[in-house]
Amino acid sequence: MTQRLYIPGDAAAVAVGADQVAAALAPHAAAKGVAIVRNGSRGAHELETLVEIDAPQGRVGYGPIDVEDVATLAPVLFDAGPHPKRVGRPEELPFFKKQTRLTFARCGVIDPQSLDEYRAAGGMKGLEKAQSLQQAALIDQILQSGLRGRGGAGFPTAIKMKTTAEAKAPRKFVVCNADEGDSGTFADRMLMEGDPFLLIEGMAIAATAIGAYKGFVYIRSEYPHAIRAMQKAVETARKAGYLGDTFDIEIRVGAGAYVCGEETALLDSLEGKRGQVRPKPPLPAIQGLFGAPTLINNVLTLAALPFILTEGAAAYKDYGMGRSRGTMPIQLAGDIKNGGLFETAFGMSLGELVNDIGGGTQTGRPVRAVQVGGPLGAYFPPSYFDTPFDYEAFTAKDGLIGHGGIVVFNDTVNMARQARFAMEFCTVESCGKCTPCRIGSVRGRETIEKIMAGEDVEANLEILTDLCNTMKFGSLCALGGFIPYPVMSAVRHFPEDFRACARALEPVG
Amino acid sequence: MWWRGNQLSGHCRSLFAFNRRRLSGIRNPVTKTLTKWDPEIAAEIARRHAGKEGALLPLLHDLMHEFGCVPDAAVPIAAEALNLSRAEVHGVVSFYHDFRREPAGKHLVQLCRAEACQARGGDAAAARCEAALGVAFGETRADGQVTLEPIYCLGLCASGPAALLDGAPVARLKGERLERLLAEAQR
Ligand SMILES: Cc1cc2nc3c(=O)[nH]c(=O)nc-3n(C[C@H](O)[C@H](O)[C@H](O)COP(=O)(O)O)c2cc1C
Ligand code: SF4
Ligand code: FES
Repeated sequence: MTQRLYIPGDAAAVAVGADQVAAALAPHAAAKGVAIVRNGSRGAHELETLVEIDAPQGRVGYGPIDVEDVATLAPVLFDAGPHPKRVGRPEELPFFKKQTRLTFARCGVIDPQSLDEYRAAGGMKGLEKAQSLQQAALIDQILQSGLRGRGGAGFPTAIKMKTTAEAKAPRKFVVCNADEGDSGTFADRMLMEGDPFLLIEGMAIAATAIGAYKGFVYIRSEYPHAIRAMQKAVETARKAGYLGDTFDIEIRVGAGAYVCGEETALLDSLEGKRGQVRPKPPLPAIQGLFGAPTLINNVLTLAALPFILTEGAAAYKDYGMGRSRGTMPIQLAGDIKNGGLFETAFGMSLGELVNDIGGGTQTGRPVRAVQVGGPLGAYFPPSYFDTPFDYEAFTAKDGLIGHGGIVVFNDTVNMARQARFAMEFCTVESCGKCTPCRIGSVRGRETIEKIMAGEDVEANLEILTDLCNTMKFGSLCALGGFIPYPVMSAVRHFPEDFRACARALEPVG
Repeated sequence: MWWRGNQLSGHCRSLFAFNRRRLSGIRNPVTKTLTKWDPEIAAEIARRHAGKEGALLPLLHDLMHEFGCVPDAAVPIAAEALNLSRAEVHGVVSFYHDFRREPAGKHLVQLCRAEACQARGGDAAAARCEAALGVAFGETRADGQVTLEPIYCLGLCASGPAALLDGAPVARLKGERLERLLAEAQR
C-alpha cells in the first residue's frame, strides 16, 4: 500500500496555515511516492497543523507544524524520525486516550471525501440495518438508546420521530440544523468537514424512520469549508446510489443570523423568508417546512444514529449517567491550554474537563469563569466545578449544557462587561417578534451600563432582575428567554464586578 | 443596531466600481473578479432559481457571489423571478447580515467578536485592527481599501482570535500573525 501523509483540511488547520504546509510538503511527498491525504481534524486544536505519516508502528504525528518547520521536518518525516515537534502516535496522547469516540471515531482518521474508506471503516452499516427494520422497530431502537437532541434543548429524539412518522401527509422532510451559532462550539463544523458521510447516513436513517423523501442541511455561511465538504460528499453519495430517487439531500446556506438556529426560524429561512420564530403549536413534526411534517435535528443528533443502529441501542445507552445517555462531543474553547473536541460519556465533571483534560488556561492565569452552552448559557465560577456534565445536573444549577461548548475565562475577565455583551448580542440577533426580547434587551444593556458607571447600583440591579424575569417568562423563544442565564449568573456569582465601578471601567484585553 | 445596517454610510464608493475579492486562502488565493452590475446577468441568475421551492436565499447568495452585493435594483428582478412582492424580497435582504446593499471594500476583514475569542484576547485584536486599518467596525475606509466588520463565531474558538479575510479563515491572530493579516488587508 502507498505510504500516506495526512495534513488536515479542516478550517481550524487551514486557518493556521495547513494549506501552505501541504503545498510546501507536496514536492517532498511526490519525490518519495507518498500520497497526501487532507483528513479532518482529530480535534486537538493546539496541535494544528498536525501532520501525520504512516509508519510501521502506526501513524506518527508532528505538531503544531508551520510552513517554517517544513525545511527541518521534510528530511525526517517519511521515516517518522525524531524532530522537536514529534508527538508520537496521536492515539497515545492523553487528550485522545481519555476520549470515547463513538460519533467522532473516524474524524481526523480517514479521508473524509472517500466513500470507500468510509465504508471500509464500518460506514453505511447502520443504514442497511435501518432499511431492514419496520418503521416502528427502527424508532424503538432509537428510543431504547436514550438519545436526546444535541442542538441544545435535549429533547428525546425518538419522540419527535414518532410524531413525524405518524403524521399523515403526501410528503415529509428531514432537516439538519447545521447553523451552529453558539460561540465556543465547532463540533458540527468538524464533523461535516471530517466525516461528512456519517451525517448523510444519519439523515438517510432518519428519513427511513419517518418516510421522508427529501432532506435539507442548513449550514451557516460562516462555515465555507463545511459547505464545500458537504456539497462534495452529497454528490459522491448520489453517484454511488445512496441518494437520489427515494431520498435526496440538498445543502442550503444561511445568511448570518443567529436566530436561524432556532428550529422554526430556520424553517422560515429555508422557505426563503425572514428568519422569524413561529409560535408553537403547530409543531414542526406536524406542520413544518412548506407546511409538511418535518423532523428537524442537530448535526450531532443525526450523526449519532449510525452507531446506534450498527452497534445496538444498548451499546449506546451503556454510556452516560441518569437521563443523559451516550456520549457528548464536548468543545473546549477560550483561554484553555488543550482546546478542541473531546468526546466522552456524559457524567465527567466540569472541573475535570477544564483542568485535567483542558490543562487549565493557556495564559497560565487562574480560571475565573466558564460559560457553558453558548451565548445563552450561564457563567459558572470554579466553585461549581464538581457539576457533572449532564442535562439535569446543569439545569439544577440554573445552567445548561446546550450544544456542549465550554468557554474558559481567566481572572482578567470583567463579568459586568460579559453581562452587557449578552444583552447586546440579544438586541442584535433578536428576530423582533416579541417585545420582551426586542425592547427588553435594549433596556437591559442600558441598565447594565448604569450599573457599570456606578449609578444607583442596588436599585438598578433590582430593575435588571425584574427585566430578566420578564424576558424569561415573556419571550417566545429561547433567545430572549435564556439571555437572563448569562446575565443573572454573572450577577449572582460575580457580584463584585457589578459593585466596583472602578474595576468595571478598566479595559480588558 | 450598533454594528449593522449602516456599514457603508458616509463611505460609499460607486456601486459600479470593480471589486476584486479573494475567495479562499491567504497566500494561495483564488481570485474572482466581481462582475459590474448588469440587470441582464441578474435576471439570468434569478431565472435559474425560478420554480424551486424556497429559492430566495440561494438566489440572493448567487447575486452576492456575482456582484459582491445585492443592490436595490436587484430587488424587483428577484421578486419577478420568484413571483414574490418587492416588499417581501426587500424584507429578506434587510433581515440577513450577509446581504449587503453595496459592495464591501477591496478587502473584507471580519473579526470574530464572540465570547470564546474575547477570552483569548479578542478585544486587543479588535482595537489593533481599528487602529492599524484606520477604520471603525461596520465601516469601509474612505479610500475603499478595506471594510472591517464584526462576526460572531467561526467555529475556531480554541484558536482565536479568529477572522475571515476575504472569506478565508485565519486564526491565532496575535502579534506577528495579526500584523500579517493587517498587511494583507492593505495590499
Ligand atoms: C436562538 C436559538 C438558536 C439555536 N441555534 C441552534 C443551532 O445553531 N443548532 C442547533 O442544532 N440547534 C439550535 N437551537 C435549537 C433548535 O431550536 C432545536 O431545538 C434543535 O435544532 C432541535 O434539534 P435536536 O433535537 O437534535 O437538538 C437554537 C435555539 C434557539 C432558541
Ligand atoms: S424571544 Fe427574541 S428571537 Fe425569540 S421570538 Fe421573541 S423576539 Fe424573536
Ligand atoms: S468565538 Fe471566535 S471563532 Fe468561535
